[in-house]
Amino acid sequence: MTIHDPVLPALKSAEVARPEWLEILRALLRSKTFLVGLSIVLFWTLCALFWPLIVPYDPQALNAANTFQPPSAEHWFGTDDFGRDVFSRVLAGAAPVFATAPAATALGILGGLLLGMTAALCGGWVDAAIMRFVDALLAFPLLIFAIAVLAVVGGSALNVILVIGLAFAPNIARTIRSAVLEEQEKEYVAAAHLLGNSLAAIAVREILPNIWPVVTVEATVRLGYAIFASATLSFLALGLQQPSPDWGLTIALGRGYVQYAAWMVLFPAAALATLVVGVNLLADGLRDVLEE
Amino acid sequence: MRFLAARLGAMLVTLLLVSMAVFVIADLLPGDVGRTILGPYASPEQVARLNAELGADQPVVTRYTRWIGDFITGDWGKSYLFDQEVLPLVLERLRNSVYLGGFAALIVVPISVAFGVLAALHGGRFLDRLISVVGLSLIGIPEFVAGIVLLVVFAVQLQWFDVISEVPRTLNPVDWWREFLLPSLPLMFVLFGYIARMARAGTLEALRANYTRTAVLKGVPRPAVILRHVLRNAMIPTISVIAVQVGGLVGGLVVVETVFSYPGLGQLLLRSATGHDLPVLTAVILVTALIYMVANMLADLSYVLLNPRIRGRRATA
Repeated sequence: MTIHDPVLPALKSAEVARPEWLEILRALLRSKTFLVGLSIVLFWTLCALFWPLIVPYDPQALNAANTFQPPSAEHWFGTDDFGRDVFSRVLAGAAPVFATAPAATALGILGGLLLGMTAALCGGWVDAAIMRFVDALLAFPLLIFAIAVLAVVGGSALNVILVIGLAFAPNIARTIRSAVLEEQEKEYVAAAHLLGNSLAAIAVREILPNIWPVVTVEATVRLGYAIFASATLSFLALGLQQPSPDWGLTIALGRGYVQYAAWMVLFPAAALATLVVGVNLLADGLRDVLEE
Repeated sequence: MRFLAARLGAMLVTLLLVSMAVFVIADLLPGDVGRTILGPYASPEQVARLNAELGADQPVVTRYTRWIGDFITGDWGKSYLFDQEVLPLVLERLRNSVYLGGFAALIVVPISVAFGVLAALHGGRFLDRLISVVGLSLIGIPEFVAGIVLLVVFAVQLQWFDVISEVPRTLNPVDWWREFLLPSLPLMFVLFGYIARMARAGTLEALRANYTRTAVLKGVPRPAVILRHVLRNAMIPTISVIAVQVGGLVGGLVVVETVFSYPGLGQLLLRSATGHDLPVLTAVILVTALIYMVANMLADLSYVLLNPRIRGRRATA
């Protein structure tokens, strides 16, 4: 999913004296968008880490006598086709999301940084070759690429991370490249060149610290996409496998029962939607503060 | 025109690379073509004979050139899974998907452009905030989540729509509405966010531009300024993002067609991928890549054609 955001380049060029950490933090804490997003993401992060301490039932415990129970005082979100507690499974379902999406994002950012910075700093034929390669990768819609690859290699958490990370890298590389090109025009980079620093040293010591706002915002936006994509792959039965409480997978398996047990799909669906919206709000808040 | 020729050339090269990648991926799939067709009880000799007949025992390069040659001349082979010629199958599914995607785009594009412009004209006030938050929330909802929730509420509980969507049999708009509204809503949610956001950003930028200030200072009435100066310029980035997003619809269609069991290209892609139906899978991927690339090229082209300042120069992404 490519999107040409006209706001980004315009904001990148704005010459701002680098604000101090404290000022950034203060601005973030004033932003309602950021705070709402942060609370939602924190809530799910805590669930992902500590669900064994908070779930009322074992999310995998089968109970043949208690299947398809509607929501009640005992089972807040009802029970599923195996009599498992849906509330416990929804809380535990945060764990697989946090095990895949952040790793995929990190992989994409790393690949994007490597490609984008190399292209921008080396220029010439290296730049041309890398960007042609990036264009070729972008010729595939992400989901089509993922379906084709996962159908070959099979679905697992690791494969989902690799596929999403790989699919993200080209887009991120483009953003990073234009950010680096922007920075390269500035005098401090020329000075570093004149001092005889190597390209790698300039990249890591001079440019990287100056493009981190772009990288941070890009990473947060991508995290939202990664959650979206990995859940979709699970839903299509190409991601995580049973009996993982993963939300996408749970929704796919519950589809057959929507007529009489809609709670089996509605609660994990709501969980997933809140998390993605939370990450997007977080990204929007960060963008407002870091790039303005 | 030089720009167009260069883009077309680049597209052909990319398409060739994609076809090679697809062929290599397909080649990596476990299993032997002859064995897949004949089943587990055929003798090794029979399998070897069929492989020789199909040319499956030739080296990769030979097989690739033959395959791509056949593909270009319209011989797309036969589907293992559907026992049918691939070309008509893919074309029929493509047509179905174009109906559904087109329906969604036709409705959502004008609505989201209107709301984006409205948000920008109310910059920073309540309506702007509301449209931004709604758009941002809708972008975040994966198509399958929205699809399932709509299915539960409107098809299962209220029974206003069928659980399964089909190709409308008549040209009666009521029919189209009944079959397509539910499956196209999840696509519209995602598109609305992107397009409205871009229309808003484009309008804001045009509102701040010098030509707008000049027009206002010259005493041109506000509606005329907005129509003639602001909107015309705001549409440039918006049209590009529409083209890109409509290309991106393909991904959403896979999901929506699966949820609503609609016989489109996306459903075919998923079934051929999980069923290891290589002739269909490779054909669908190539067709999809082609559509996506053409959409992207139209996006760039519209950008160049609409914006006189970069006409003739190379459009940079």
